Amino acid sequence: MLEIADLECVRGGRTLFSGLSLALRGGELLRVAGANGSGKTSLLRIVCGLLSPAHGEVRWHGGNIRSLREEYWKQLVYVGHSNAVKDDLTATENLVVACTLAGMKVEREQACTALARFGLAGREALPAKVLSQGQQRRVALARLLLSEAVPLWVLDEPFAALDATAVDCVETLIAQHVARGATVVFTTHQEAQIAATVALTIDLDTRAVSC
Amino acid sequence: MLTALRCVIYRDLLLAVRRRADVATALLFFVIVVSLFPLGVGPEANLLRTIAPGVIWVAALLASMLSLGRMFSADHADGTLEQMLLSATPLGVIVVAKVIAHWLVAGLPLVLIAPVLALQFDLPQPLLGVLTLSLLLGTPVLSLVGAIGAALTLGLRGGGVLVSLLVLPLYVPVLIIGAGTVDMAAAGLGVEAHFLLLAAFLVFAGVFAPWAIAAALRISAE
Repeated sequence: MLEIADLECVRGGRTLFSGLSLALRGGELLRVAGANGSGKTSLLRIVCGLLSPAHGEVRWHGGNIRSLREEYWKQLVYVGHSNAVKDDLTATENLVVACTLAGMKVEREQACTALARFGLAGREALPAKVLSQGQQRRVALARLLLSEAVPLWVLDEPFAALDATAVDCVETLIAQHVARGATVVFTTHQEAQIAATVALTIDLDTRAVSC
Repeated sequence: MLTALRCVIYRDLLLAVRRRADVATALLFFVIVVSLFPLGVGPEANLLRTIAPGVIWVAALLASMLSLGRMFSADHADGTLEQMLLSATPLGVIVVAKVIAHWLVAGLPLVLIAPVLALQFDLPQPLLGVLTLSLLLGTPVLSLVGAIGAALTLGLRGGGVLVSLLVLPLYVPVLIIGAGTVDMAAAGLGVEAHFLLLAAFLVFAGVFAPWAIAAALRISAE
């Protein structure tokens, strides 16, 4: 499904990685590992199409994502470093707007249920600025609960700022999603325990892919 | 597609309502700048009547530029812009929604308050309508063109000053025709041609600006 072909990334005149190739068939979990500054976020941004690679291309079902554009983005959920949570909007409003932008029709009740499952019950109507860092992260990740039909999740440090309960919750979500036959690409510095039949790790420092 | 358009307009208006101070600053700036001229120039009615269209139009340009910096920078800072770039809706549509919301918040109030301010300049009543109509056609062009500058200077330090240098020269045609409309009406000449020109600017900007803004945003966000 997702193919990375001979990718090279140059940031600020420095080559972060080159000759990176990988093919995922679906139902796989890919963890991108590497030291700080090794290009994990850049790789994820290239996979999403936010950043153009210096060389190589990313293909989705055989088509270059540069030409697929909206067709591809419809089938992608990206949760980046920043939460994309607006300070002045409530948690529910944030979630509904994020889902609408992604092309999903989400009712307020659905959004509230998703937030409640992420331990934000009773805080749906609070403006996001009074929520803690971890709670804002939960609002951003609550989108995953509503995106079960989306075949590709790209998560940049999903566990950052989360407590143990929330980490468990996200790990379960990812495992279930992979079991459904979808693809999840993520980075993390923490030890993640995610049960998946095919779990790959790509190390950007050594450029080695391991199972 | 229309759902996303409506959603973004609604979101931006909601944000504006929750941060009323930002909206009020630009409007008050407009009111104060326009009011300074009669105080500075003195109560010479003929002179005031002559400079009124120009002063009001220039003040409208500056006031609508004050809020340009906020147009994309807040979304850029909190990551919402990335989500917009990865949206299932074409970026052009989202950009149009943002420009419409910007105009409703920063352009429309100027149009509505301009006739009241024009009274300070002793502008005759029939000209008030012409002035309002010219601003009604012209301010959306300012929002569209300004958004290109805002998108290009996204994430740059000192972007606020740079955006004025980029955008103000592009505002010149709108300013000339817009202020000229009222002058023509004051001279008792037909204003139809000027209105048609302003409408043409609006159509032209409406067609090409979203495309340019979307391209600029993709480059700035890399």
